[in-house]
Amino acid sequence: MTGSHELAIEAEGLVKSFGDTTAVDGVDLTVRKGAVYGMLGPNGAGKTTTIRMLATLLRPDSGTARVLGHDIVTEADAVRGVVSLTGQLASVDEDLTGRENLILIGRLMGLTRSDAKGRADDLLDAFGLAEASGRLVKNYSGGMRRRLDLSASIVVTPELMFLDEPTTGLDPRSRNQVWGIIRALAEEGTTILLCTQYLDEADQLAEGIAVIDHGKVIAEGTPSQLKASVGSGTLHVRLLQPEQRTDAAEILGRELSAVKLESDPASLSAICDDADRGAEAIAELARRGIAIAGFTLGQPSLDEVFLALTGRPAESDESNPEEVEAA
Amino acid sequence: MSDAPATDSTFEGLEEQSIRKALSSSPRPARPSAVSAVLTFGWRGILKIKHVPEQLIDATMTPVLFTLMFTYMYGGAISGSTSEYLTFILPGILMMSVLFTTVYSGVALNTDLTKGVVDRFRSLPIWRPAPLVGAVVGDSVRYLVAGTVVIIVGTILGYRPGGGWDGVLAALALTIVFAFALAWVFTTLGLIMRSPNAVMNTGFMALFPLTFLSNAFVPPETLPSGLEAFVEINPISFVVTANRGLMDGTTQAGDIFVVLATAVILTAVFVPLTSWLYRKK
Repeated sequence: MTGSHELAIEAEGLVKSFGDTTAVDGVDLTVRKGAVYGMLGPNGAGKTTTIRMLATLLRPDSGTARVLGHDIVTEADAVRGVVSLTGQLASVDEDLTGRENLILIGRLMGLTRSDAKGRADDLLDAFGLAEASGRLVKNYSGGMRRRLDLSASIVVTPELMFLDEPTTGLDPRSRNQVWGIIRALAEEGTTILLCTQYLDEADQLAEGIAVIDHGKVIAEGTPSQLKASVGSGTLHVRLLQPEQRTDAAEILGRELSAVKLESDPASLSAICDDADRGAEAIAELARRGIAIAGFTLGQPSLDEVFLALTGRPAESDESNPEEVEAA
Repeated sequence: MSDAPATDSTFEGLEEQSIRKALSSSPRPARPSAVSAVLTFGWRGILKIKHVPEQLIDATMTPVLFTLMFTYMYGGAISGSTSEYLTFILPGILMMSVLFTTVYSGVALNTDLTKGVVDRFRSLPIWRPAPLVGAVVGDSVRYLVAGTVVIIVGTILGYRPGGGWDGVLAALALTIVFAFALAWVFTTLGLIMRSPNAVMNTGFMALFPLTFLSNAFVPPETLPSGLEAFVEINPISFVVTANRGLMDGTTQAGDIFVVLATAVILTAVFVPLTSWLYRKK
């Protein structure tokens, strides 16, 4: 149907304004077929608007894009035939049961009534929703709703799937489940464009990441390129006895680099490139008799990425767990 | 890094392979026809009524109240007796009760738009106005309920149609056809207004004068001449006249034609307008 195009998404100079606000200000995007590609940015960066344009829900003011070889404006209908969208608000009908939702989508995708029912039951089983299939979706938990949402997107397997912040607001367990689903989809060959606010989510799933800010792509690369440009992670250590901090700093200075004494007199931190060296450093502290109250080894947060890329923090209110912990 | 705890067995364990299995390898089915998509959306509307039947209360209680109120409050004053007045107003109450429920179509659409599921509908390869047409088709159930209640309550109060029950059914059908057309005015409103409440208020503000300033409750001859002129050209009056004709057995083909023509015009103007606004959202 779509020929042998190598690219799933080719977007050039997409622009979309709402009144005086320019939500998307010239986004270029290239995603190869079969890839999981991440769009990373804070709230209001223009991720959702970009996805909505690519999914043919919004017409760009200027710029062009082809999705699986089809122009999103002139061949919008062909695009709709091969993509599916899981929006930021769960794209399921709260006033119907889970099963009814899937039958509805199946019928709208062109399945016969009995095929739609069979497909709904298969998916409910596969996504662990069989027991809740007869309940209204408004009574589902956030994680169940997401799973139903994802299963609705694969009633007929799409060639390209748009996922807009699929784990925002989910507990860690549900998040792991959603990640598992995304991996399984990707391994079966579905191209996925994933919007997220979390660097670790993009890092876990995506082979390429575009960082978006104020409607523009400000950096692009593989997760490791991106993290390298940001300057890797940080090891934070809290000691039981503040008086040992000088010794601890000396040891960490030997093992790692850029030791920094925190405002909390019992805390210090150091730049740490990989987890093994971090673990080694902690072990060394213990061997030298330094009592440790706790430590964290963090990947750079979205804030740190933004700080490194733009010289200012991300404008969304992401709280930094390390700082909270010190309080 | 993110290994799930071992206790997490409900879903995690079977996750990967079961999802892979669930991915359909069968070829993409042909797109549904416009009619099939519309009926599917109609089914969605009916399911919603099935899950929350209380929402039919307004479609059932309002007609009961209207029928009782008008018959007993104004019957004596206007026609000298309640039974005579019932024959006069029941065709009008039928119109009023059914048309009032059409505002709901606009309110429901406005509510729908705030939900994520609309994005999914709009990203599906279906005939674009299908969600809208289907919703109004599903709402016809309400129109039917409201109309039937009026007829039942009227019959209990002593109404006996001069034109036989065939005529009553024909009047009900005609009213529902007109309601289907009028609903598109309110779906347009539903796409322009910012909140369901605004749609409701504006809708009733438009419907109240149109229904009361008609020949539904009083003979137009008794009105001041300016008002009489308005009542005579009010399209709602034609619905009432046609209903009366059908129910009393004095049908004038011309009246029915005017009603159907108005319905066609409303549909021809407001269906494209609604679809266009829906696409632009």
